[in-house]
Amino acid sequence: MSNTTNKFSYWSISSSAIALLLAIPLVIVVSNIFVPAGEVWQHLAETVLQDYITNSLLLMFGVAIGSLILGVGTAWLVSVTEFPGRKYFEWALLLPMAIPAYIIAYTYTGMLDFAGPVQTSLRELTGWGYGDYWFPEIRSLGGAALMLSLVLYPYIYLMARAAFLSQSLCVLEVSRSLGNGPWRTFFYVGLPLARPAIVAGLSLVLMETLADYGTVQYFGVSTFTTGIFRTWYGLDNAPAAAQLASILLVFVVVLVTLERISRRQSRYHDTGRRKQALQRLKLVGWGRISATLFCLLTLLFGFLLPAAQLVSWAIDTYETMIDQRFITLFFNTLELATFSALLALVLALLLNYARRLQPTYGVRFAVRAASMGYAIPGTVIAVGVVIPFGWFDNTLDSWMREQFNISTGLLLSGTIAALLFAYMVRFLAVSLHAIESGLERITPSMDEAARVMGERPMGILGRIHLPMLKGSLITALLLVFVDVLKELPATLILRPFNFNTLAVRAYELASDERLADTACAALAIVVAGLIPVILLSRSLSKTRRYSA
Amino acid sequence: MKMQLEVKNVAVAYDACAVIEGISFSLQPGEIGCLLGPSGCGKTSLLRAIAGFEPVTHGEIRLHDKTVSTQGNSVPTEQRRVGMVFQDFALFPHLSIEKNIAFGLKHLKAKQRDERVDELLKLVGLEHLKKSYPHELSGGQQQRIALIRAMAPRPNILLMDEPFSSMDAELREQLAHEIRDLLKRDGITAILVTHDQLEAFALADVIGVLGHGELHQWDSGYQIYHRPANRFVADFIGQGVMLPGNIVGDKRVETEMGIFEGELPENCNPGTLVEMLLRPDDVLHDDDSETKLKVMAKAFRGAEYIYTLALPSGQTILCLVQSHHDHQIGELIGVKLIVDDLAVFPVSEKTNTPLKKPG
Repeated sequence: MSNTTNKFSYWSISSSAIALLLAIPLVIVVSNIFVPAGEVWQHLAETVLQDYITNSLLLMFGVAIGSLILGVGTAWLVSVTEFPGRKYFEWALLLPMAIPAYIIAYTYTGMLDFAGPVQTSLRELTGWGYGDYWFPEIRSLGGAALMLSLVLYPYIYLMARAAFLSQSLCVLEVSRSLGNGPWRTFFYVGLPLARPAIVAGLSLVLMETLADYGTVQYFGVSTFTTGIFRTWYGLDNAPAAAQLASILLVFVVVLVTLERISRRQSRYHDTGRRKQALQRLKLVGWGRISATLFCLLTLLFGFLLPAAQLVSWAIDTYETMIDQRFITLFFNTLELATFSALLALVLALLLNYARRLQPTYGVRFAVRAASMGYAIPGTVIAVGVVIPFGWFDNTLDSWMREQFNISTGLLLSGTIAALLFAYMVRFLAVSLHAIESGLERITPSMDEAARVMGERPMGILGRIHLPMLKGSLITALLLVFVDVLKELPATLILRPFNFNTLAVRAYELASDERLADTACAALAIVVAGLIPVILLSRSLSKTRRYSA
Repeated sequence: MKMQLEVKNVAVAYDACAVIEGISFSLQPGEIGCLLGPSGCGKTSLLRAIAGFEPVTHGEIRLHDKTVSTQGNSVPTEQRRVGMVFQDFALFPHLSIEKNIAFGLKHLKAKQRDERVDELLKLVGLEHLKKSYPHELSGGQQQRIALIRAMAPRPNILLMDEPFSSMDAELREQLAHEIRDLLKRDGITAILVTHDQLEAFALADVIGVLGHGELHQWDSGYQIYHRPANRFVADFIGQGVMLPGNIVGDKRVETEMGIFEGELPENCNPGTLVEMLLRPDDVLHDDDSETKLKVMAKAFRGAEYIYTLALPSGQTILCLVQSHHDHQIGELIGVKLIVDDLAVFPVSEKTNTPLKKPG
């Protein structure tokens, strides 16, 4: 006989501890609103703050327009109509996701600047010389919006496509039976029904836009992220940087709220259980050609061209670039990403099991709090990590000196630990989500079925949970791995002295205007970035099977 | 005779709020019991208490002559040797059918395990699915696999939680009979939880009617239908109307439809105002009968009609008639009443639940 009173209360203690730890950066940033930043803040408010706000808003507006046209347009074409190549575009349109925005910015700059292939051939064709003609400047706010749209539209594409496919045939047929043609049906029924999903996708796109540092920095566009950097390094004023970060957080909160509301709405917009394959609209004539062309151009500009540019650069430069230093760098990055992924996995498992075994209000809140970070820009998190860690180091150091006359120096600041901590804050949500969706498939009655058949809790873990979760565990690992690989701003601020990752190396080379030399590091990032794309396209083909 | 399952004065509570209370019943080896009641009556909680998933807050549960649950103490589920069939079947999606069935047989040697699996698959005629995976099976096949998986380790008792709720109506009854044959052939003691009385009648030897956390009656299906212990059972099981009447002597009830004789409850003395349960099948259509009643409504059921007939007082009764007797609304038809078992309740016992309408 065993006692049946609750024996799992340590679940709630450990999950709250994790959530509290991960909330530190956010709390620090927000609480710095009340720290007087003195003249610096005054100076910022009078000079550049206006620019930051205007530029960030304009950038968001531009990216919204661009990614909506690309995302909704392609999603509608591949899910509702039939045209040559549709089956391939369905997954290929995700490929731009593999390229971080700052890398696509490097490639386009290389292609479009004065010495690049486009302008050179233009001059050869026309005989113009320097200053004889006008050419659009890619390194501008408009250019940044274009770059971000080209790699971020897949978020909208994914959500919109799922929404279009999940629309029950019935509502669309009702519209047809009431005398609306296929086009009217799309604009009056299909599109409005998909709106919440599209808005949810758009808010993700805008969150990424706000978080972007690499692109806007390289293009010289002053937004919040670059402003935080400048205040931090140029003016060396932590409270002012934190206050800028807080304003940025206001934007983020609006977007997160928008996303939450849209997701909730999209549940109400679910039109029924019976999901039958839609009779695809067969495009003919010009429609057919335009559809193929539209998808092809999106793919071309979003992936094929930049990837080709990277490959061609890499072929030119690999002999000089791939040296002992690069190999160390490569393995450094790999190690860091692997370790982060493993750590995130352990934390995600712990939190998910806490919620499963003890779904109290406190535990559920802790899990939600721990997954907040996905919306917070890396720059903000970095500021929120540096301030408390620095304070801790200084306090400990002076105390130890007073008491024991020992200097402990910097224990946490500028260490891998600080970097890992920031990654957990930012990417734990990815891992949590992957595990959660896997764990959902193991119903409580499966646990119970195993127990009535004489299996102990550890046995259930080994015989039921582990084999059923295997796929989700791998997904969680891969996704965090790739995210860490691509991460730029937080790494830039927090990395230990002389410690580089592939992303930081590419950034440094680009800053030195050695664009071609970025190719090897950039290509490695893009290739790794293909992993989540492959995972996504596999789940895509699964939904296709169920809905077709 | 030794009892396979004994439930003695059991209560189960969530957060100090009792879900069921004072439940007692027992099952002999090989007997099939059923807990029948509306949703939310606590029947699943009781089943889960027997399985060991819920602690009891009062009373005792004994399985195969061993105490397994008392207040504050509970033998872990995995040591109780119970089998359970879940509402959603809970087949393990990552294991083949064969491995699903063998899941609880790890104490056996490989050869014996294989034999047991084959034997069970043969029993339900699904040998060809041995290597398949759960998602490849139809609902009925999954149901049978879930059943034999639970039977495989030869449990002390087999618990079934609404096992037919996800099935089509036609399949339900067929499966219920099939499962009853299986359980009887293997002499398995089992207990089923359902809200569907036809399922209960098809499968069980003894039925317990649960409502509002209490066990109202523990009896055979026939008794529960024709001799309900109280108004709750009378209302919940089958159709019928309550005919007002009064006691006019020893074992005699007078109603608008005449005087009926039979066993009466203890508290029915002459003069007591009572209600008498009249089932649709107690009212027979007979053209020769002098009693003619007006047809107020009719419901076609395929093989039969249920006519709603009006008595002179305005009280209506239900009458079950073979469907080739097609009468129009407003017509007068002759009926006679044959009530073998009297179900009489003093008026004071009236509950708020209305009697179910024919439908």
